Amino acid sequence: MRTEYFWALGIVMLVGSATAGRGGLPAVGGTISGKLTYTGTAPKMKPIDMAKEPSCAKQHATPVRTENVVTGPGDALRYGVVYISAGDQASPAPAEAVRYDQKGCQYIPHVLALEVSQPLEIYNDDETSHNIHPLAKVNPEWNKSQPMGAPAIRTTWDKPEFIPVKCNVHPWMHGWFVVLTTPHYAVTGEDGGFSLKGLPPGTYTVTAWHEQFGTQTQDVTISGSETKTVNFVLKARLY
Amino acid sequence: MSRASEPAAGHERATAAKIGELKHAPPQTFLRKHVFSVDHKVIGKQYLDLALVAVGTGMVLSWLMRFHLAWPETPIAGLGKLAPNGAAGGVITPEYYLQLMTMHGTIMVFFVLTTAPFAGFGNYFLPIQVGAEDMAFPRINMMSFWVTLVAFLVLVASLFVAEGPALSGWTAYAPLSAVGKDAGPGQGLGQTLWAVSITLFCVAQLLGSLNFITTTLDLRTKGMSLVRMPFSTWAWFITSVIGLIAFAVLMPACILLILDRVAGTSFFIPAGLVISDRLQPHAGGSPLLWQHLFWFFGHPEVYIAILPGFGIVSHILPVFARKPLLGPRVLIGCLISIAFLSYTVWGHHMFLSGMNPFSATLFSVPTLVITIPATIVTLLWIGTIYGAKLRFTTPALFCLGFVSVFVSGGISGFFLAQPSIDTYLHATYFVVAHFHFVMGVAAMFGIFAATYFWAPKMFGRMMNETLGKWHFWLTFIGVYCVFMPMHYLGLAGNVRRYSAFTDDYLKPMIPLHRFITIAALFTGAAQLIFLYNLIRTRLWGPRAPDNPWEATSLEWSTTSPPPHDNFGGHPPVVYHGPNEYGGPGAGTDYVMQASPGER
Amino acid sequence: MGKLFAVVLTVITLVSTAIFVAHTWLPVDISAHGHAIDHQLSETMTSAGVLFVVSQLALALFAWQYGDRKDGRAVKTFPGGVTPMVVLAVVLVGAEVLALTFVGSKVWAGIYQSPADPNSLQVDVQAEQFAFYFRYAGADGRFGAVHLERIDEGSGNFFGLDPANDSSARDDIVVPSLAVPVNRPVLLTMRAKDVNHAFYVPELRIQQDFVPGLVIPLHFTATQIGKHEIVCTQLCGLGHYNMRAYVEVMSQDQFDQWLKEKAAEQ
Repeated sequence: MRTEYFWALGIVMLVGSATAGRGGLPAVGGTISGKLTYTGTAPKMKPIDMAKEPSCAKQHATPVRTENVVTGPGDALRYGVVYISAGDQASPAPAEAVRYDQKGCQYIPHVLALEVSQPLEIYNDDETSHNIHPLAKVNPEWNKSQPMGAPAIRTTWDKPEFIPVKCNVHPWMHGWFVVLTTPHYAVTGEDGGFSLKGLPPGTYTVTAWHEQFGTQTQDVTISGSETKTVNFVLKARLY
Repeated sequence: MSRASEPAAGHERATAAKIGELKHAPPQTFLRKHVFSVDHKVIGKQYLDLALVAVGTGMVLSWLMRFHLAWPETPIAGLGKLAPNGAAGGVITPEYYLQLMTMHGTIMVFFVLTTAPFAGFGNYFLPIQVGAEDMAFPRINMMSFWVTLVAFLVLVASLFVAEGPALSGWTAYAPLSAVGKDAGPGQGLGQTLWAVSITLFCVAQLLGSLNFITTTLDLRTKGMSLVRMPFSTWAWFITSVIGLIAFAVLMPACILLILDRVAGTSFFIPAGLVISDRLQPHAGGSPLLWQHLFWFFGHPEVYIAILPGFGIVSHILPVFARKPLLGPRVLIGCLISIAFLSYTVWGHHMFLSGMNPFSATLFSVPTLVITIPATIVTLLWIGTIYGAKLRFTTPALFCLGFVSVFVSGGISGFFLAQPSIDTYLHATYFVVAHFHFVMGVAAMFGIFAATYFWAPKMFGRMMNETLGKWHFWLTFIGVYCVFMPMHYLGLAGNVRRYSAFTDDYLKPMIPLHRFITIAALFTGAAQLIFLYNLIRTRLWGPRAPDNPWEATSLEWSTTSPPPHDNFGGHPPVVYHGPNEYGGPGAGTDYVMQASPGER
Repeated sequence: MGKLFAVVLTVITLVSTAIFVAHTWLPVDISAHGHAIDHQLSETMTSAGVLFVVSQLALALFAWQYGDRKDGRAVKTFPGGVTPMVVLAVVLVGAEVLALTFVGSKVWAGIYQSPADPNSLQVDVQAEQFAFYFRYAGADGRFGAVHLERIDEGSGNFFGLDPANDSSARDDIVVPSLAVPVNRPVLLTMRAKDVNHAFYVPELRIQQDFVPGLVIPLHFTATQIGKHEIVCTQLCGLGHYNMRAYVEVMSQDQFDQWLKEKAAEQ
């Protein structure tokens, strides 16, 4: 009985990993999901006046706002990164590239989470030149200009790191590369929700990170294919 | 003046020691003859060849810049492979444009305009023109060339480092040039290599100046009093004095810059700078200190670039006018006063720099006063042509062209010398027009005139006159097409050192920029005629006589090319000044300096 | 060949000069002190133009006239020799130079050496790689202190203000455009965050470098309503060509309205 059980599990895992989606995650397993919210008063997001770059300014009927703290209904916090910081098994880097766009003189998405050694493609969709400058401290720091129509920058990161990104030419452009070793992560949307799927049984440390409100961790144990709800509440900080 | 008949005792001692005794025996091996030579003639040619490589490099850089300004999104074939970082896909990035611009300016100012007219021709002809066998310190002379060559190689190396060369301009203002790689691409190793290169260049120039000055003062042959020296020799002598003081300031300035960059000092960097989101770990320095040190060198430097041209044109014009230069003593007086005044005007590059505005008024006074000797020398040249019997050879044409372009360039200086007008014109294309006319064109015309004039003497072969004339006409018209429109752009407020014109008010000027670019590419192509002529001459040119131009100065008293000791064991004795042209009749209308006769 | 030179040079001279005079190259002057600068410029243009044309045409004329016709004639010295040259340069050019210096220094002093009007609208300007940011003092009329470690561009805190703890910073208005009321003296206090920059508005006929480590005052009065570009003219890095802001000159009412709107966005 034990032997058959393990054979079945093995076959399922094999089949599962062959048919798995992004990053070779098994289609079965537990889920950790929840919401990222905050308490306190969030700072006001300021409108960004792109006067110095009319080709971008005209793309926004109403000015976009700074994105260091983006909130949603129910004190939801957007652009947080929730990920497994301990307990995960090593997995190979995904081959599928992730895309980062410079569009309307903004970084889209504001926070891009990706894995170590995962291909990253950076595009300039604007009529002006950008110079993307990831301010890495653990990985090598670099910056690169992309005039209008220049080819995409293709690069990877070798080490995990939270890398702030700025544009050397447009001071208001800021974003993040969150380079992780785990395939289990999510960037929270406007509802603050996140869902980490496909977790094999085990005890995990889940970390929620927000660029301004800091981090918080919680431990979660998964035994099968259940969904565990974990919520994070960060304390609002002005800076 | 009968100074020649009774030379002072010291002078006699110096020349007596030389008569019949060679400074150095003729070289035997190939290496000693052509590579590690202490012969000033070889060293002069080495400098000229270095300047030729440099000007070719600098010109190609300018083509890339101009092409980018005219058609910023059009890929340049092949550039993507040569510069995958700076020009991915063949499209020049903003930083690469500035890096090309920095290299263009640095190479042209130092390795062309300071090297060819002064180190190149000066090395070759100053000893001959004063009747000496060589420079006073031949081994130091050789070292000067090799240090200059190393400086050039260090600079060129910066083109190939990972982040590319410096992008702060040839002026390298701090703190952009001082804080290191946070300030931008190329501001790491590239900028350090720039500073090292210039430091080495200064060393070479200082040694060169010592040689020129000592040779001029101590090694003149019997009868060659100071007033009988050719105007070119005077110009080289005065230039070397300027250089001694100017480069002696630039060298420590560059060393301080290197220390700020690598040793954590803060000569030029104040506290509280936030660059690339990082608070810079410096305090107590002054960006204006760099500007003062740099321009204290930088202004005399532009006179170092042009004064040899003054001397060369003053030397060559009478030969082809067949009459003496008007006002020879006044000319020399003007050269000296220009040299002296050149030290008092450096702040006119800094009117808007943040220094005390009253200083601007103070600096503008000598700047405008310099107009006066500059006007006088121009009028002397024009007055020399009056009543002349002009022979329109290629060197003569380049001398006439020199006068014209120097007038054009000098007049725009008249505007910029006034702080109230500089308020509007500073950092616009008006400035670019001004310095290109006086340096990029006038000084170049001086180099061309010198090359065509002295090629027979240096190579023993005549350059082709037809090719020379084509070169002249295409270049003369071409440079006006390139640089005259820049004045209009400047008056319209077109800012310089921009890699692209994206501002609303600049976009309408792009068509004029395209015109300039096309003119620049054509004029650049015309230089190939010169290059071809030069190579062809050195290989197959017809043999030149000793004195093809019927000129008076001592270089024409010896063979073409001169022997190893310049005068074949018979140092000349000088009886006349260099200005003896225009005697009566169609017979011999000139008297050579070494030809015996009434003094 | 000499005649060809003369013709070519004459054509170049006349065409260049014609283009200078045929077109108004300067943009509209919207500055109280602009007239003085434009006057100085046109005076200089006239005397420079005369000097340019006369010397180039003299050169051309002599090149035409004095080719060697192989007729055995003697060469001629310029009448008077070197003396008229020296006299011309020292007296004529010298006098012109003296006049321009004298008048010009007054124009210059009027802009850069005179104190700002005590009623000036004061605007704090920060230049950085690669944008200008302008700060208005708000209702309290005082500028909050600048804290370098608080600078956070991602959240729009370009000056590093600390409104939570610094009451005078709370009402500071930080914008990327310079709005000024027409005919009102404006005093800029200019500071540089990183490297040298400069402030140039051709229509205002004003230009001044920003120097790190210094706070430099600059004052002007705009006399016409309109919108113009402020561009950086001191090489500051790769984004130098794209470093600009707009100066918007508006009526006092429009300005008050604008300031209110911007204050609400802080």
